[in-house]
Amino acid sequence: MTTQRRRVVITGLGPICTFGIGIKPMWEGMVAGASGIRPIESYDASAFDCPLAAQLAADDFDVRKLVPKTYRKATKVMARDIALAVGGAAMAVEDAGLVTRATDPDGEPTIPPSRTGCHIGAGLIAADVNELSLAVSTSVDEDGEFDLSKWGDSGMGNLTPLWLLKYLPNMLACHVTIIHDCQGPSNTITCAEASSGLSIGESMRVISRGHADVCLSGGAECKLDPMGVLRQQFAGRLATVRDGDDPTRVVRPFMEDAGGSVLGEGGGILVLEALESARSRGVAPIAEIAGFGASQAACPDTVGLVYADDDRSVQAAITCALASADCSPEDIDAILPLGSGIPVRDAIDRRAIQDVFGDRASELPLITCVPNIGLCGAGSGALATALAAECLRRQMLPARIGEEGAETPGLDAGPIEARSAELRSILVFTTSMGGQNTALVLRRFDEEEVDG
Amino acid sequence: MSESPRVVLTGIGWVTPLGCDIDSVWKKLVSGASGMAPITRFDARTFPTSFAAEVKDYDVAEYLRDPSLHQHAGLNSQFALGAASQAWRRAGLDRFEQLDRSRVGLYLGAGEGVLDTENYMRANLRGWDPEARCIDGVRWAENALECMHAQKEIEQEPNMPLAHLAREFEVNGPAYNCLTACAASTQAIGEAFDIIRRGEADVMISGGAHTMIHPLGVTGFNRLTALSTHKGDPAEASRPFDRTRDGFVMGEGSGIVVIESLEHAAARGATPLAEIIGYGSSCDAFRITDIQPDGRGAAAAMEMALDQAGIDPGRLAENGRPPIDYISAHGTGTQENDSIETRAVRRVFGDLAPSIPMSSIKSMMGHLIAAAGAVELITCVMAIQQGELPPTRNLHHPDPELDLDYVPNESRKAPVDTCLSNNFGFGGQNDTLIVTRFKG
Repeated sequence: MTTQRRRVVITGLGPICTFGIGIKPMWEGMVAGASGIRPIESYDASAFDCPLAAQLAADDFDVRKLVPKTYRKATKVMARDIALAVGGAAMAVEDAGLVTRATDPDGEPTIPPSRTGCHIGAGLIAADVNELSLAVSTSVDEDGEFDLSKWGDSGMGNLTPLWLLKYLPNMLACHVTIIHDCQGPSNTITCAEASSGLSIGESMRVISRGHADVCLSGGAECKLDPMGVLRQQFAGRLATVRDGDDPTRVVRPFMEDAGGSVLGEGGGILVLEALESARSRGVAPIAEIAGFGASQAACPDTVGLVYADDDRSVQAAITCALASADCSPEDIDAILPLGSGIPVRDAIDRRAIQDVFGDRASELPLITCVPNIGLCGAGSGALATALAAECLRRQMLPARIGEEGAETPGLDAGPIEARSAELRSILVFTTSMGGQNTALVLRRFDEEEVDG
Repeated sequence: MSESPRVVLTGIGWVTPLGCDIDSVWKKLVSGASGMAPITRFDARTFPTSFAAEVKDYDVAEYLRDPSLHQHAGLNSQFALGAASQAWRRAGLDRFEQLDRSRVGLYLGAGEGVLDTENYMRANLRGWDPEARCIDGVRWAENALECMHAQKEIEQEPNMPLAHLAREFEVNGPAYNCLTACAASTQAIGEAFDIIRRGEADVMISGGAHTMIHPLGVTGFNRLTALSTHKGDPAEASRPFDRTRDGFVMGEGSGIVVIESLEHAAARGATPLAEIIGYGSSCDAFRITDIQPDGRGAAAAMEMALDQAGIDPGRLAENGRPPIDYISAHGTGTQENDSIETRAVRRVFGDLAPSIPMSSIKSMMGHLIAAAGAVELITCVMAIQQGELPPTRNLHHPDPELDLDYVPNESRKAPVDTCLSNNFGFGGQNDTLIVTRFKG
């Protein structure tokens, strides 16, 4: 490595998941071993194999309450994914104690806008099915099929002029940057579950090369609409749920009888900050992002539908993150993998853990959260990173849920209560549909060990 | 700070509305050709805009080592595969057996895939409950599961072009896809440049691929009133910097570059086509629909790139020429973009701005959205190699507010060493790349 690195720390956490907004409800839910998975409420999803999801309760999340009054009107053009990112950013900024245009429009921002970047992972956002169907319902021919001619002539006029802007993936970052006045580099990474991890990696590079001092970084996604569920079912990723199944036990990561995943809505924005910036404003970092690695899996013939049987590329991302954190596998105290409960995915990730950690693989505690909060697409990595940072801050591991006595061969991933633990470094790795892999090493921040 | 590695371009390739190989498209660009015509992909006759610049006569199979590996590839992935194969061969990587593929990464600014409109609409219409004014979830799902296709849906995920390129070239390095609307592939190349500078990869395949020429894509931009609704010859619809400009014209395609550390290129005896020396990125943080009117955001990106390149925009270069020989404009042909971009260039280069030629190839091949930046960067590389500047077509009515040298209508021979390429995205992202003639 030839360029000098600036150290990057996390100074604010803004996760949003089924347990609520901010790190407190997420942590409490994870420690209690709760699960937010229940039947999808916004439409009758019973014709899908998996009619379950981890949703936010309507009372828990109203994006209008999390934006400045002058911005409330703009919430009308926010798809759910955008609202989640905007809410997460509000929580992260508050947690980091930053003054921005949103928190105090007349005040001096803590960080100059030109030194504030924003990197937010996003998914493929489907148009609101009711809004679109209502608009097209008048453009039909005599057979009841869609009539392009009528649509072009008049039907499309039923859509609001700003319709497209609800669904462009970069609108998550667009709204967040406007609300908080982030004028530095801003990007939108769209690599499915790896999106957040890659966004965090990019924020680290941007801070490291000196183009920003603070970045709002993470990702968010909601695939609970019919189109989102359909695509995930088509991809063979969702569990088949039968009458009488306990929703909170459907996702069984690394367990022998695992049968697929369940979607969640959520995401998170983190405040990433150059260490010297945090120091100069007298803020204690929650954790340091000590290392980052990324890789691409060799993809199979049927791109996307079948996972590459490729643990080597996952291993490469992890090894790269360890090397850039200047640590060895022995220094890792816990691992937070994607842990989706999709058997083929978990098998690859298990082998990668075993490849990297050898004999220690079966002793290292794994942290799993998909059984609790669902698989949150582009938000997955940010939620995992926020959770790992909180583990380091509290020196505690959350509960893992599952049927009593469930076996997780070769890994410490079975059901267990929350417990105290001495944690110095946690590995977070996120693998994606499409083959992008990311790994982060989060390290407990210890002011006394700072070498200046 | 210690020296970062120099980063050179060794491969270029594109699939565009003007053709699918570097040399023939370049000839068309400098001759002022147009790729616009009535839309053929679907019946757009009643749409407010019924023309676009489509890729014609393209068969991805001609470029692939084994087409069966990509039999389900969506159109954007097909474009990416063709452009990347050209770039890969041009870089000589197909003949370099010692390549360490774990050190070859991907960074694309590829757009989402094409909607399966017919079947999607069928599910929506059959699922619609007119009395409840919402869909019946069960009926929607039953119809969708019956009429829609798994592969067509998966291929719409914006990271699928990455997966296809990884498959074709068997590369395993860091892989990203970014989607910042019209700035995406410029940003992708800029970040790929940074990844090599940091030593995280030796080689990056970068650029973009996109098509939004499908019914809901055209609908989205028509509703935003961003597209030209020109009534005459489609070839005259895209009129960047012209007083009568009335919006952009949709294009489609892909531009892909292979970039690598100079050390890596030199060690394998590759010939650099140009060197990347500056990248800047900023965000307007202004409004979801409008650009910062004073051009502050665009100027910040240009200034950051110039600073990294060590170029003072206010002074003539040592050879007595302006500090930049050519600017590839974002130049969409919307009233707002072209005015503000002109203002931003003025802001950065001051009195030297009118002496820097700046043109928009969107006047000829339309707006390739996420792929635009990569195609325009390749244009800069060709301008350096060929010593010729492509024109801005259809510039017949000068706008009194716009006072720069837009290379109107006719290409121009000129000594070209250093070019700056701008792209600005809906949503506020501004990105600038600077490339220069490679000197050993």
